[in-house]
Amino acid sequence: MKNNWLILVTGLVIGIAALVLGAHGNPGNMGFCIACFLRDTTGALGMHGAEVVQYFRPEIVGILLGSLIAAVAAKEFKGRGGSSPIIRFILGVFVMIGALMFLGCPLRMVIRIGGGDWNALVGLAGFIVGILVGVVFLKKGFTLGRSYKQTLAEGAAFPVVYVLLFVLWLAAPALFKFSEKGPGSMHAAWGLALVAGLVVGALCQRSRMCMVGGIRNAVMFKDFGLVAGFVTIILTVLVGNLILGKFNPGFAGQPVAHSDGLWNFLGTALMGWGCVLLGGCPLRQLILAGQGESDSAVTVLGMMCGAAFCHNLKLASSADGPTGNGKIAVIVGFVVVLVISLLFTKKAEE
Amino acid sequence: MKTVDARGFACPQPVIMAQKAIKADAPGELEVLVDNKCAVENVTRFGESQGYTVTAADNGDDEFTVTLRK
Repeated sequence: MKNNWLILVTGLVIGIAALVLGAHGNPGNMGFCIACFLRDTTGALGMHGAEVVQYFRPEIVGILLGSLIAAVAAKEFKGRGGSSPIIRFILGVFVMIGALMFLGCPLRMVIRIGGGDWNALVGLAGFIVGILVGVVFLKKGFTLGRSYKQTLAEGAAFPVVYVLLFVLWLAAPALFKFSEKGPGSMHAAWGLALVAGLVVGALCQRSRMCMVGGIRNAVMFKDFGLVAGFVTIILTVLVGNLILGKFNPGFAGQPVAHSDGLWNFLGTALMGWGCVLLGGCPLRQLILAGQGESDSAVTVLGMMCGAAFCHNLKLASSADGPTGNGKIAVIVGFVVVLVISLLFTKKAEE
Repeated sequence: MKTVDARGFACPQPVIMAQKAIKADAPGELEVLVDNKCAVENVTRFGESQGYTVTAADNGDDEFTVTLRK
């Protein structure tokens, strides 16, 4: 029962943190977005050249560090890995391609819904369909295999290097790229963003919050624990936006969004399917990377690489809609994810 | 007692493995070996939802035995 309360508190805090960050400078309906923030950070590191989305997002640093601290305190920080890392990297790439077709990770999807962006409801439909397809393979025996104990250094490498990069960013900002316009130029003060990330990261580590796990567990095991957190975020953001007078229902003219329903649907379907195979949404991957799971760290690196592809090869959508290259990449993504699903589904032992 | 070795598997695999073992022949007792607390929590919740009494033991060295009894 303790966990049920914790997940509701986590949902509430994520919702409030998203509203606060939105009110203090983050782009519209983007209090949090793991995909967008990894994309912006990838840009800040000079790995892609899209000048409007380059900013080292402190929220990601906070989430990683919050998870790490909570895990150490609970004696859950463990170096683990070795469960098909390259396959996870590839899935991470295509999860990001799906996310940037839609313009948001599952967390931003629920934040967009709470802001009245009905395109995100289309996204939610695609997301659920993607999860259901993934669940079919899970039920048939899909697995990426066992992970194994790794050294503490292997487990800590990713979060520690990420935090050190952030310290370098604070100490020598001239080394990094900063957007002068566009979403990358819109951000809350770094201290506020970092603290919000820390709190959310720690709570998510304790409550196991996951946007994909919620729907998956509800479908597979009739376990509605995690999905309650998902719904709590939507309700919190919705009520908050109504109070702040920022609730703006409709399809057209939504912030950092487009209204091409088909491609919103397909983008989130690819993301949902890929995330089920990975065992968790992008937020959950960050939390696991923070508690020493190097498989999740590799997944996050895959997502960052995917973000670089998206902006260097013009795969990412914009407010004007999807690109031709992006549509091709999403279709390729479906083929890749299907092949991986089939290759790693063991025949039922009859 | 029937034993499922789900060590090394991340969620939801341990729960799926337990679910399969229960579906196969509805054992009165089932032991699930896991190696992370998240799996302990999930297998416990699942076992309870299936009408089992669940106990979890920490075997040290990051190994846990979750026992399901009818």
